[in-house]
Amino acid sequence: MWLNYVWFGLFVVIVAGYLILDGFDLGVGILHLSLARTDTERRVLLNAIGPVWDGNEVWLVVTGGVLFAAFPMVYASLFSGFYIAMMFVLIFLIMRTVAIEFRSKRPGQGWRRVWDFWFFIASFGIALLLGVAIGNIIIGLPIDGQGNMAITTLALLGPFPLMVGVTTVFMLAMHGCFYLAMKTEDDLHTRVLRYIPRLMLVFTLLMVVLVVWLFVGNFQLAVNFKTLVWPILIPVLALGVMLVAYRAFRQRHYFVAWVHSSLTILLLLGAVGFGLYPNLLISTIDPAYNLTIFNAASQPNVLTVMLVFALIGMPFVLLYTASVYYIFRGHVVIGPRSY
Amino acid sequence: MNPELLSRFQFGLTASFHYIYPPISIGLGLMLVVLGVIYVRTGNPQWRQLSFFWVRIYGLVFALGIATGVVMEFEFGMNWANYSRFVGNIFGSLLAAEGIFAFFLEGGFLGLMLFGGNRLGPRLWLLATFLVAFGAHFSALWIVMANAWQQTPTGYTLAQTPSGTIAFMTSFWEAMATPAFLTRIGHVYVSAWMVGASLVLSVSAWYLLKRRYIELATAAIKVALPVFFVLSVLQLIVFGSESAVAVLANQPAKLAAMEGVWPVSQSCAPMFIVGWVDVANQTTTGLSIPCMLSLLAAGSLDAPITGLNAFAPDLWAPIQLVFQAYHVMINLGMLFILIGLLGVFFWIWGGRLFRTRWMLWLLVLSIVLTEAATITGWWTAEFGRQPWIVYNLLKTVDGVSPLLTVEQVVFSVGTFIVMYIILFILFLFLLNEKIQHGPDPLEEETPITSLPDNFREIFRHRAARA
Repeated sequence: MWLNYVWFGLFVVIVAGYLILDGFDLGVGILHLSLARTDTERRVLLNAIGPVWDGNEVWLVVTGGVLFAAFPMVYASLFSGFYIAMMFVLIFLIMRTVAIEFRSKRPGQGWRRVWDFWFFIASFGIALLLGVAIGNIIIGLPIDGQGNMAITTLALLGPFPLMVGVTTVFMLAMHGCFYLAMKTEDDLHTRVLRYIPRLMLVFTLLMVVLVVWLFVGNFQLAVNFKTLVWPILIPVLALGVMLVAYRAFRQRHYFVAWVHSSLTILLLLGAVGFGLYPNLLISTIDPAYNLTIFNAASQPNVLTVMLVFALIGMPFVLLYTASVYYIFRGHVVIGPRSY
Repeated sequence: MNPELLSRFQFGLTASFHYIYPPISIGLGLMLVVLGVIYVRTGNPQWRQLSFFWVRIYGLVFALGIATGVVMEFEFGMNWANYSRFVGNIFGSLLAAEGIFAFFLEGGFLGLMLFGGNRLGPRLWLLATFLVAFGAHFSALWIVMANAWQQTPTGYTLAQTPSGTIAFMTSFWEAMATPAFLTRIGHVYVSAWMVGASLVLSVSAWYLLKRRYIELATAAIKVALPVFFVLSVLQLIVFGSESAVAVLANQPAKLAAMEGVWPVSQSCAPMFIVGWVDVANQTTTGLSIPCMLSLLAAGSLDAPITGLNAFAPDLWAPIQLVFQAYHVMINLGMLFILIGLLGVFFWIWGGRLFRTRWMLWLLVLSIVLTEAATITGWWTAEFGRQPWIVYNLLKTVDGVSPLLTVEQVVFSVGTFIVMYIILFILFLFLLNEKIQHGPDPLEEETPITSLPDNFREIFRHRAARA
């Protein structure tokens, strides 16, 4: 029993890990068309994420693997039900890799413009679709007794999920800007600094609208918050952390600001987790068909083995991820081997 | 056309395309570690120059490997939801372990390996390279383990749940150490190392043909060729034949398809060199060595081999395909020994290898051949598993996502075909560009000795800069 709670918690943390790490490089992709004015500036942005984006994407693969192992029923229902949407995620992931790898290979302006455009579209698309997916999970899906769902792709693009999608795009753009504040210099740096408060403002406003919508719509998430009450502290805390991020940013402590922006993401996902509990997927057909952290989970022996793995593996992961970032700390320097 | 057939086609297509890259990550990873070790021990800058060159190619290959690898992980859920539910407890946890232990390691240190050459001293850079290569090997370990469980499942029990029949795990060790895993992991590693060595051979031989970087290319061949030769022999006499023995013991229907054996029980079964299976008339014709299959797979000339007629026809794999894929692999394996032997012979014979043009062209071609051998090997293993998705437990047709429509899979298959053609053309284009560009001369912005070369120096380095 406790294993199910632990894995639910760990899963939320791993999703947050993905959104925090790949999140800032997605954010850089979302912003780079408007943020950078010259080719050199584009390259600075690209090389800011150059040594780390591949490693960050690994978090997505691990998220998928952990979901498969800990909650196979959810993995099967979600991925098969979102078939076409998942295809678009894959298309964007591949095109993004291609764009990053290929842009620098030719000096031509036309060549680079094409890949810049794809880098933007793919980053934007992934962020939007992740948000839309979370939005749909919040409002519930037509899951039948066998755990399958018949839903058209257009039906996934309802107003509420789209709103979550747009909010996610702004959240990651803001998060990416905090990262770039550490990495850029001169004109570009000034522009990054100008973007940050605006993005923070838009994101906060969108979040407020979302929260109001949640309660007005009286989705399961809101019901959970109303009955338990105390988890409301989580989004409140997130707002507080945002303020700390802003303060740190004003004092030019960009790393501290980025850490708090990361914390915001973690807290917001935590809030979604609390709101959904004990469900992972809510059935709009019959609550009896809900996939919960109990009926969708693997057996206790599997969860135990996995927990041992996580306890052995994750400290190392965090340690060496941190050291890689440490070695590549500081402003971007473009050398002969850069993108 | 139905969603199941289309999904199988799609999985085969995406898996085959994906598996172009991982053997290079594994094999070239090993070659890079070898180059790094030689550099650290000799201090000769040519090895450093070679490392910089190959690391760039590694980066390209890795990027394509991860992009096409994510596809595989998504597909289990997208197209094979019932399979995912059935195997989630076991297969899922092996995939997750791969991510937590191996993939993080690989992805985490990749940046250091690709961009750390100028930031780290030679020994720390080698450590980063080693960790990436180790991650690639470790990753393959878990994936082969997961795949092997599909071939010869052990350590499970079947349970009835509201979501249908599901495989629960009874012993993690048994689920890990399945019979297929123990024999196959060596086979897979050796084949990947051969791919890595042949890539180095291929590019270096091409430089010699074009009379560029003669010194560097010669040095690289002298490292890669012995590796290639030894591995090709090892593959045939140890790992390859071991795999065949294991297939006979655990998946007799598959072995029967691989060699086109028809009688319920055939003693002194021949081993074909080339052949054709006539499924309608249940005969196999071609050039064969008498009794060789009995000897190699079962240990004696007159040992009986179970044939296809011992199984109901609906339990047959696509026989012709499995037979041909298997024999392409076997014959390529023989050819590799020949190439290695010729190469070593011409090298010892007064270094004629480095001037003999047809021999160099043969080496240029070797990377295509090793890739072809790995792909046909996997086809043998996976087509040979049909009609089962989990051997003797779950049919492929029962593993497919129940609500999947033909339109959806047509869309995804079409997308993958278009996208992968573009991706492959771009890959070849970029690979060619990097090869044409060749190794850069070493322009050290800072002297190597001033780079931090142990953990304490990383922090001292910072103090010095601040």
